[in-house]
Parts: sequence; structure tokens; C-alpha cells
Amino acid sequence: MKITDIFKKKSSSDVAKDRLKLVLVSDRASCSPELMQRIRSDIIEVLSKYAEIDMDGIDINFTQMDTEDNATGTVPALYANIPIKNMNHNVK
Amino acid sequence: MGEVIVITSGKGGVGKTTTTANLGTGLAKLGKKVVLIDTDIGLRNLDVVMGLENRIVYNLVDVIEGNCKRNQALIKDKKYETLFLLPAAQTKDKTSVTPEQMKKLTDELKEEFDYIILDCPAGIEQGFKNAIAGADRALVVTTPEVSAVRDADRIIGLLEANEIKKPQLIVNRLRPDMIKRGDMMSAEDVVDILAVELIGQVPDDENIVVATNNGEPLVGDNSLAGQAYMNICRRVTGENVPFLDLEAKKGIFSWFKKK
Repeated sequence: MKITDIFKKKSSSDVAKDRLKLVLVSDRASCSPELMQRIRSDIIEVLSKYAEIDMDGIDINFTQMDTEDNATGTVPALYANIPIKNMNHNVK
Repeated sequence: MGEVIVITSGKGGVGKTTTTANLGTGLAKLGKKVVLIDTDIGLRNLDVVMGLENRIVYNLVDVIEGNCKRNQALIKDKKYETLFLLPAAQTKDKTSVTPEQMKKLTDELKEEFDYIILDCPAGIEQGFKNAIAGADRALVVTTPEVSAVRDADRIIGLLEANEIKKPQLIVNRLRPDMIKRGDMMSAEDVVDILAVELIGQVPDDENIVVATNNGEPLVGDNSLAGQAYMNICRRVTGENVPFLDLEAKKGIFSWFKKK
């Protein structure tokens, strides 16, 4: 292994782990990609009434979250990161 | 009173049948009375992995339908007196048996045997439901690949939904060289993702292919896989056995081979 390799992209086993974690979250929440797409477009539609959204920066997905009492382990949670370019102040 | 263990995976081709054969043979080697049941009706293979394909007269469906007595269908192993195989039918399909009938059969066998080990078919349909119906315990086999781990997660969910709590995991076909250079998930990585207890890690070993060619499970021999399977058998009986260092052992063996 060369020193330059350290700066290279992630190893394929790390890629596999990351992909697996994501796919398992949606499998466990029994949420299909189509349903995810509908949730995403509905959220965007609602928010667009109030603000101008940076479409390229949107990140909406399911993730795992610890339950508050920590008894039942993790539950699925919706994670959304939606950058706003401009607030729309002239809402009726 | 015996224990019914189902070997399952979801995905096909990850090594369920090989695991079943080696587990059964290893437990018999430890002096236990064992019966292996091939529940893959229509696609039976446990008989050839065990090298018993020429001795089949009756099968699982014959027993269920009452065409023969239960003990007439049990084939005694070539080497071990306390090891038996109940083969699957080859000309029927999975609907020839119901989960209730399977449970009744395994409950009866429990009276006579220490371990009843069921080789589950791939998939989550009828064959899977039959195989898990009477199970007290499940071992989930996976390989360190995205597709196999994903299916294992689904299977674990289904097992838990069917009251088979705390399934244990066997990670098969590990390649220490690839793990070392970051091109394969390790058993620990897989365990982290699936959040279940690990009961075995088996290296990808050419000797498995040779053993299957010969129809003689390699459990307990000097090969790395043979040792790994024997360790799983010990853990199944409740013994606390540390995991093999796949890398270090490989080094020693290749050194011996060179001599």
C-alpha cells in the first residue's frame, strides 16, 4: 500500500457496509423506494409554498434512532436535510 | 428431550446444506444422537453432500403421508452409528407438507434424538415455513456479501416474528486476505449490521469442495474449515470456544505444506 492510497476513496468493504445499512433501514421500515420518492416530493411541494429550496442539496432518508427508553433498541426515523435559498415572505 | 435446530439463510448458495452436513456429523462425532432432515422438497441435496444418495428408499413425504414407518425412512450414516438422514422427496413440491405436520414430526423425533437439524430451502415461502415450524433454535448462514446479508436480515426478522428468538449467525466463506486489504466485510462487520450473536466464522476453504466431491463432511479434520465447523458444534452444545484466528492458522498450515 502506498502513502497516496490513504487519501484515496473508501475501501469496497466500507462501501458495502454503508450501502447495507441504508438498504436495511428501508427494508426494516418496509418502505419501498417509490414510497420514499412520494414522501420526498410531498415534503418538497409543501415547503416550496414557503421557501425557495435548493433542489441539489436535498437529503431525505430513513435512518435508525435509539428509542427514548432504550428498551426496544432502535426505531426508524425520518431524516431530512433541506437547504433553503430564499424565504418566501409574500405567502398569502 | 432433544433440540430442533433449523439452518436457514434466505439467499441460496451461501452454504446451508454444507453447514447442516458438517454440524450433524460433528455433533455425532461428539457422541450425540442426531437426525438431519432435508426440507428442500423437490431440490434435495443433503443426501449427496452426506454421500448417502444411493441408500434412499423412503423420504420425508413418505413419512408424512404414512407410506412407511418413520424409522424405515431414516438412513444411517456411513461412519457414525448415531447419525441419521431423513431425505427430502425429489418428485414432489413444498406444498406436500404443512407446517403442522412438520412440527408433529420434529416433536416425535425429539423424544429419541439429542439434535434434530433441519436444512431449510432458500426463500421465505412454504418451504421456509415448514422448516421453522417445529424449530427451537435457528442458525442463520450468510456470506460477507451485501445481497446475502440483506436476506439474512429479512430472515432474522421473520424468525423473530415466528417466536424463534435470538437466532445465531454463521458467517461463511470468509477470505482473510481480502478482509485485510479492505475488500471484504469481516464477520464482526456483519455482526454489527445484523445485531445478532455470532456462533461461527468459516473460511473459504478449497477442502470444502473436495469434501463435497467425496460426499464426506470435513468437520473435525485438520483443515481450517474443518476446525471452524467443529468449533460451531461445540458452541451448539453450550461449550465456550474462542473463535479461530483464520489468518494466523493459515500461516502455520501453509508453512507445513511447504515442508
